[in-house]
Amino acid sequence: MLAIATAYGLWWKKREGAIRTTKAVPDHRLTAAVLGEELGSRATMVQFSSAFCAPCRATHSLLSQMVIPMHDVKHIHIDAESHLELVRRLDIRSTPTTLFLNRDGIEVGRAAGTPKKEQVLAALSAIA
Amino acid sequence: MSEVLDKPEVARIYIDARGPRFGAVITTTVLAIAIVTQSVWVIAAQATVFAIGALRGPQHTPYGLIFKNFIKPRLAQPGPTEDVRPPKFAQTVGFGFALVGTIAGFAGATTVFTVAVGFALGAAFLNAAFNYCLGCEMYLLLVRLTSK
Repeated sequence: MLAIATAYGLWWKKREGAIRTTKAVPDHRLTAAVLGEELGSRATMVQFSSAFCAPCRATHSLLSQMVIPMHDVKHIHIDAESHLELVRRLDIRSTPTTLFLNRDGIEVGRAAGTPKKEQVLAALSAIA
Repeated sequence: MSEVLDKPEVARIYIDARGPRFGAVITTTVLAIAIVTQSVWVIAAQATVFAIGALRGPQHTPYGLIFKNFIKPRLAQPGPTEDVRPPKFAQTVGFGFALVGTIAGFAGATTVFTVAVGFALGAAFLNAAFNYCLGCEMYLLLVRLTSK
């Protein structure tokens, strides 16, 4: 049991916070009407949070601080529990999950867990 | 836009984040002893600890009190604080497994006992060793499964 837990823990720790383009669901175009807020003119980070989640708070303060000097990037925060239809459609499984959208609202990457600042900057600069 | 993190109906209690993790270390040890000795009384005691943690918060459990009275005064650095709700959720999940284990133990269902306590042990160990956030991974999935 402890061996399984260790293996799972190492796997979890490794993927925690990593921004992965392969996990994006690119078929959906997210709009201001769906998200309740206007998108950023170049990129948008959509963070899904829940109440029983300590890293959601850390992620929220990191991302909301980071976008302050960025005029073309927005951070939109969504309560996963009260947007279950959207959560199912986008296959959000854990919180925090942050989607990286391009200017058209198409998802180009997502991070489960709290990403590092450098990872976020790299992901944002990859969005033209 | 952080209303989900600050729901007003929930009292916002912040505790030392190192407390629940210290508790998870003791919990892991206790659960390992329960499995090795197949002791119903050990798991019943741990279920009681989980129940206190689930209802009142992990800072009120015996492990939380040990942390507060004996460990924390010896730590030089002030620790990060965290919302009490995520560890409370984890304690509730732990209580579920421990309750099943206790009932199975008294009923003589050895396999059920070992599996239930094993799951609780796995979760407590993940928390202790990796700072695993059970609520982050499980809560949304539970809501997705249990609601239309």
